[in-house]
Amino acid sequence: MPAPECSSCGAVAPRTANCGMPVVSVNSTWSWRDWLGAARVRLNLGRMCYAVTPGLYAIGRPAPDAPVLVTANYKLTFDHVRRAMHGMAGWLLVLDTKGINVWCAAGKGTFGTDELIRAVAATGLAHVVTHRTLIVPQLGAPGVAAHLVQQQTGFRVVYGPVRATDLPAFLAAGMQATPAMRRVTFDLRDRLLVVPVELAMWIKYAVLLALLLALLSGVHGMGYDLAWVCSRGLRAAGLVLLGFVVGGAVTPALLPWLPGRAFAVKGALTGIVVALLCWALGLVQTGSEVLAATLLLGAMASFMGLQFTGASTFTSLSGVRKETRIALPLQSAALLAGIIIWLVAR
Amino acid sequence: MRYLSNIVTLELDDSRCIGCGRCVEVCPHAVFIVAEGTARIVERDACMECGACARNCPVDAISVRAGVGCATAVIYGMLTGKETCTCGESCCESM
Repeated sequence: MPAPECSSCGAVAPRTANCGMPVVSVNSTWSWRDWLGAARVRLNLGRMCYAVTPGLYAIGRPAPDAPVLVTANYKLTFDHVRRAMHGMAGWLLVLDTKGINVWCAAGKGTFGTDELIRAVAATGLAHVVTHRTLIVPQLGAPGVAAHLVQQQTGFRVVYGPVRATDLPAFLAAGMQATPAMRRVTFDLRDRLLVVPVELAMWIKYAVLLALLLALLSGVHGMGYDLAWVCSRGLRAAGLVLLGFVVGGAVTPALLPWLPGRAFAVKGALTGIVVALLCWALGLVQTGSEVLAATLLLGAMASFMGLQFTGASTFTSLSGVRKETRIALPLQSAALLAGIIIWLVAR
Repeated sequence: MRYLSNIVTLELDDSRCIGCGRCVEVCPHAVFIVAEGTARIVERDACMECGACARNCPVDAISVRAGVGCATAVIYGMLTGKETCTCGESCCESM
């Protein structure tokens, strides 16, 4: 097959250039900067501004018949794809998803049919490669209509595996995915990886609530007593923060083993168990304290458990709407009741 | 892991289905199979309403009210009246 010619400038497209436009070559290893960047965004630090420039990239000196992998311009995503390609050659077509990962961007439509068609044209991909196949990550499918992409660009869309780490096996098998490669999982490691972002997103509200409750604990019939803030107040603040961490971290970790299907129920149960543990350990003593602790921990953990639906990989919008409509009023009422009992019954 | 039962809006019109198998290919929860030349829903409650099947069905045989099953987005939507909030800059970042 003759070398492809560029229609606009006539130049024969060399290995890593298109119409004289250099294609950026990237390697497949992570530097310490990549590791640091990954750690930062996992802690929700600058997560929304972690992007690479959209366009066509080359990994490992690709030939014109090398596979084209489509991905998002969230740098963590980009880094996982190029690392998965270690020892192989390919083209990376990076769509402009505003720095959002493939799945979320597909839900929004930014990783979508129109952007893919635009990127294929803008990069002159048809002149760079000799084949007409795009490997689109399966989790991009909510935004991409494969048949429309083929109509508009002439490129056939093959959906690749869910996880970038399965790319070598997928390519070795002639672009065939096993059923396991097509399934989204949510194992302990996956769950723990998204816990810090959830905690970081909500911690300011939890701390504010804890502070407020600590300060309110100083109020009594005759006036205000700082000693009460230091004793009962700090314990109340501790209970609120404990409920926050239990719902935001323990509930996600134990998710498959907790009874019930609703995340709010799973969270509430974890919170209540921990409140009873606090009682067993003597951290709360009187009946009213135990009741208040159960309500505070149950409400906080239930709320944080409910928020974890967004981080999970298997909740439907219809289900979350139903759950939220029922759980949110109950959580608010339990929190308020817990606060009142803690402040009044002493 | 399974979420709530009997709640998802997924529908398959078998009179339109041509059995191409795209839905099987894109579904991340193995909701569909293709048997005897037509798609069938076999794990309805596993559906997370991502909309990949409907988007990729070349004959519009599948319908689903697609969205993101995220309580933070649902609450944000309740508070602001915005229906289309999903994960990303507009929502999570403003929390």
